[in-house]
Amino acid sequence: MTEELLRVEDLWVRFPTPSGKVVEAVRGVSFSLGRERLGIVGESGSGKSMTGRSILRLVRPPGQVQAKRIMFHDQDLLTLSERKMRQVRGNRISMVMQDPKFSLNPVMTVGRQIAEAYRLHTGASRREAKRATLEMLEAVQIRDPERVRDLYPHEVSGGMGQRIMIAMMLAPDPEILIADEPTSALDVTVQTSVLRIIDRLVKERGMGLIFISHDLNLVATFCDRILIMYAGRVVETCEASRLHEAKHPYTRGLLNALPRLDEPKAALEAMTRDPAWTEAPSVDGYL
Amino acid sequence: MATSEALLVEGLTVAFDGSVAVDAATFAVEEGASFGLVGESGSGKSTILRAIAGLVPDWSGRIEVMGHPLGRRRGAEFFRTVQMVFQDPYGSLHPRHTVDRTLSEPLLLHRFDRVEQRIEEALEQVGLGPSFRFRYPHQLSGGQRQRVAIARALMLEPRILLLDEPTSALDVSVQAEVLNLLDRLRVDRGLTYLLVSHNLAVVAHMCERIAVMQGGRIVETLRADAMRNLTPTNPYTRDLLVASQGYSAGEEE
Ligand SMILES: Nc1ncnc2c1ncn2[C@@H]1O[C@H](COP(=O)(O)OP(=O)(O)OP(=O)(O)O)[C@@H](O)[C@H]1O
Ligand SMILES: Nc1ncnc2c1ncn2[C@@H]1O[C@H](COP(=O)(O)OP(=O)(O)OP(=O)(O)O)[C@@H](O)[C@H]1O
Ligand SMILES: [Mg+2]
Ligand SMILES: [Mg+2]
Repeated sequence: MTEELLRVEDLWVRFPTPSGKVVEAVRGVSFSLGRERLGIVGESGSGKSMTGRSILRLVRPPGQVQAKRIMFHDQDLLTLSERKMRQVRGNRISMVMQDPKFSLNPVMTVGRQIAEAYRLHTGASRREAKRATLEMLEAVQIRDPERVRDLYPHEVSGGMGQRIMIAMMLAPDPEILIADEPTSALDVTVQTSVLRIIDRLVKERGMGLIFISHDLNLVATFCDRILIMYAGRVVETCEASRLHEAKHPYTRGLLNALPRLDEPKAALEAMTRDPAWTEAPSVDGYL
Repeated sequence: MATSEALLVEGLTVAFDGSVAVDAATFAVEEGASFGLVGESGSGKSTILRAIAGLVPDWSGRIEVMGHPLGRRRGAEFFRTVQMVFQDPYGSLHPRHTVDRTLSEPLLLHRFDRVEQRIEEALEQVGLGPSFRFRYPHQLSGGQRQRVAIARALMLEPRILLLDEPTSALDVSVQAEVLNLLDRLRVDRGLTYLLVSHNLAVVAHMCERIAVMQGGRIVETLRADAMRNLTPTNPYTRDLLVASQGYSAGEEE
């Protein structure tokens, strides 16, 4: 049936702390990714970003990543040399980080950064890269791309930074895109246009997408499947369109905590967390 | 001279290198009220907040805080009255300061008492346990940083909070807690909010009145119930409301 592009088996991420206590950020997560849009939602601090970063081996020390295997086609990413890994990173698998401005080079104009990323992967001439840069900025709905091209990261708005990062990560035409909160700073109309670009890459080129987001409504309407994470584990998986029928009390709690435009409430529903949720074993999210 | 308006912005214009980021924005927020700014990305929302906070060197127009017109400089008294939560929690926390230092520094600077106790209370209010107190920003997730930023803004007990996407990095359960906290503080302490968010449901929940921005201009100011009833007058506002219903692959398919 659907082909697996990526398979993560029993992933753990641990941070030793000075007090001797070890923070377990990810605790035995397993899932696979096909040519589909896989959403990851869950509590702040539940290990979503660390899961994404582990795939590209971008967890910084003292963080320790451990897994049975992380298979990308028939290669185990955990055993690749750092040189081989660099060829995968940003080329065959791209990641849009949660904080785009933080990942951009602060002393280089955004136009130059996109152009360099583009040249690195296409070998295009400077002139061609310059033209492609404008096109990419236009594609992500940046008004006035010629002005924005010459701005430094601190001079662009939050949402512009996110779109610049997305443009950069899509430049090499990756097989997998890991997008960590890629549209949280975009207004909803621009968000729709940017998601359509990503959507097209999934449908037409068979790109696999891991989409980390807090926006339940968005994930339910945009993704194919969803993993719900809590305290470093996957507590439930579901078809995106059936998120509203989710059973786990944590997922139910998330759905109930949403403010709604059509139903004003005096106070939003806060969640009471059951310690048992932390202990239950991780559910697997294989295809 | 005192008026009931905590914040008055009149004809505020900001340009960067000749390109206009905010074009004659005008609005007023009564004391104890909550006013929302929504709109296109890059339309000047953060720039308005930054101009009020004194972080934009060049602006024209009039800004009044508690009836006092603001000049170019912001003194200590201003920051006792007005605090800002920035859109970008990574950039706004000092990377080499622990949470403890981030929260205690403003208190020491402004000679507050009960520093210990205030820090503990603030962390608890934003749902971070004591184990977070001596961590550095890189040891926190995105949402945890945002909560530290909110705690910091509350430390000086300001009268007015400028909130730039305060919950966009938070999961919806923590968002609910933070929004409930902000609501409670507004009732208990009579705080005034100017809130920017892309999430229309959040803005409608928090604010009585909302300005919609596009290309540097306020194109419409409406009440939250007009937004809920989907009866805006401006076509751009209508587009926003439609898009906020969730993703749709669109007609061009
Ligand atoms: N260097 C570190 N030392 C100790 N703990 C860390 C470190 N880096 C991250 N953590 C912890 O790991 C956990 C998982 O972090 P992660 O960034 O994956 O969360 P997340 O699910 O992406 O959250 P958010 O939605 O807030 O971005 C968090 O509880 C965080 O505090
Ligand atoms: N320091 C600066 N130098 C040059 N241009 C700037 C600077 N700061 C902001 N701008 C420009 O001002 C415009 C408005 O930016 P602003 O950050 O206010 O937008 P915003 O409405 O907050 O957008 P978002 O929703 O994406 O955060 C943008 O075009 C941006 O490039
Ligand atoms: Mg994260
Ligand atoms: Mg902004």
